Amino acid sequence: MKETTQDRAFGIFVGLTLTVITIIVMYPLVYVLSASFSNPAAILRGELWLWPVEPTFEAYQSVMNNSDIWLGYRNTIIYTVLGTLFNLVLSVLVAYPLSRRDFHGRHVLTLFLVITMFFNGGMIPTYLLIRDLDMLNTIWAVIIPGAVSVYNVIVIRTFFQSIPEEMRESAQLDGCNNIQYLTKILLPLSKPVLAVMVLFYGVSQWNAFFDALIYLTDRGLYPLQLFLREMLIQDQMSEMIGISDATLERHMMRVEGIKYAVVIVASLPMLILYPFLQRFFVKGVMIGSIKG
Amino acid sequence: MKKNWDLYLLVLPVVIYFLVFKYFPMYGVQIAFKDFIATQGILGSEWVGFEHFIRFFDSFYFWRLLSNTIGISLYGLAVGFPIPILLALLLNEVKNKHGKSFVQTVTYAPHFLSTVVVVGMLFLFLSPNGAINQLLSFIGLSEILFLTEPEWFKTTYVFSSVWQQMGWSSIIYLAALAGIDPQLHEAAKMDGASRLQRIWHVNLPGIKATIIILLILQTGSILSVGFEKVFLMQNDLNMEASDVIATHIYRTGIVGAQYSYSAAIGLFESLLNFFILLAVNFAAKKTSNTSLW
Repeated sequence: MKETTQDRAFGIFVGLTLTVITIIVMYPLVYVLSASFSNPAAILRGELWLWPVEPTFEAYQSVMNNSDIWLGYRNTIIYTVLGTLFNLVLSVLVAYPLSRRDFHGRHVLTLFLVITMFFNGGMIPTYLLIRDLDMLNTIWAVIIPGAVSVYNVIVIRTFFQSIPEEMRESAQLDGCNNIQYLTKILLPLSKPVLAVMVLFYGVSQWNAFFDALIYLTDRGLYPLQLFLREMLIQDQMSEMIGISDATLERHMMRVEGIKYAVVIVASLPMLILYPFLQRFFVKGVMIGSIKG
Repeated sequence: MKKNWDLYLLVLPVVIYFLVFKYFPMYGVQIAFKDFIATQGILGSEWVGFEHFIRFFDSFYFWRLLSNTIGISLYGLAVGFPIPILLALLLNEVKNKHGKSFVQTVTYAPHFLSTVVVVGMLFLFLSPNGAINQLLSFIGLSEILFLTEPEWFKTTYVFSSVWQQMGWSSIIYLAALAGIDPQLHEAAKMDGASRLQRIWHVNLPGIKATIIILLILQTGSILSVGFEKVFLMQNDLNMEASDVIATHIYRTGIVGAQYSYSAAIGLFESLLNFFILLAVNFAAKKTSNTSLW
């Protein structure tokens, strides 16, 4: 069937609108990247539009020489790896029984979990609990309180349910028990959904700062995001630069330049990781939300 | 029960986890009605009834907090809810596979930036000598103090969130659109429907249930959305427009150590949230037969 003029015009409208949206989303990202390689003085004069002006690696050198960044990076990697592992294990432990139709009490258990999505004790009672458990200023305060996301449990459960019951029945006829079935057959079949979960949990751990802000006072345990907050938002850059050797103006310039580099250094790992897992997203988001 | 005893064993750690970290704090909410003294614990502290609630309702902050909290949420919902739907409808019309996946890759990307980084970028772009103000002065307009003028706070907050989340939020609608029976489109084409008419009469009805469910879920958390970002964007100068219930709880509770008083504020917030959820769910059930329960 031939396209009508009206339909063709509509197609052009769609193309133009999406192009504008893509540019609006992408431009700030490209600008930050270019700015991180540019001379800060030129940025402040408004000379940067798209490509780096007077290219330099100075900002990155300052970031690399900053001990807070390294400490934050190290801590965040530890929290992200441990946290994601912990999340994943707990989620699978509860999602698997929930996916079994012959598991008595699964409705009660689902309700027990889902209630916590709508009700919670709030910031203060939770803080007091963490304090009373002596978890303040330990890595557990950052990893444990948000360890299981009910939403993600439902996603995993729904995926498990999509694998035919007959698979388990025949495995059990061959003498497989529940736990062997889970670890040897079900999990290897569930790689796509597990990949999505690694990404979801991993990203949220990498980007988390609020638990750390509340529960940690020891700078040695700070995640990267808390140091970023100081540098980007609270302007506590003096440590980084060593004011003595420069005039105030030069100091300010370097601070401006370093901010862009810090944004790149902190965001790059996640931005690099996600395109590889992108093909799983739609599936993961879909099974979680529509049948939930 | 006997046959699957090992399944109960698997579930046990998670049940204990939820009891300790989710249900125990709910039990701890009772300190909102007590004068909590750490050495005497939750049970030992003395009951004071609604004293903390009354103090909060009478305080200078109450109406400011309530109107900011509801204002930011409604503004965010009004702008941020429809845009991902429109984006998904547009993306769904793209036939060129590479073009489509490029747009998706780009629009999803900001979702992976942390709140700290996004707010940091706002500071870089919107500060008096940042790129936006340079652009404004370039085209002959006067500079705008986005971050310190209270009247700009909500707009800055809402539109930066749209920038960050619109692509990601559109995924679920795209998935729903992919689930629409192609025969419906074929039949509509036979009847001479234009592309716009097919979006209106086939695609939109096809994703209606998804739209309503997401609307209910989002209104249900209307008072607690985006607290971290508000907190990061807040400063002494924009406080008048940026102070919300959750940031107030943080300041009085965690920073000021007035545990009982701020627990009372927190309880007020969750109750309000819950009633809004009930109301929206009820309205959705009445008008469209779609609801959470």
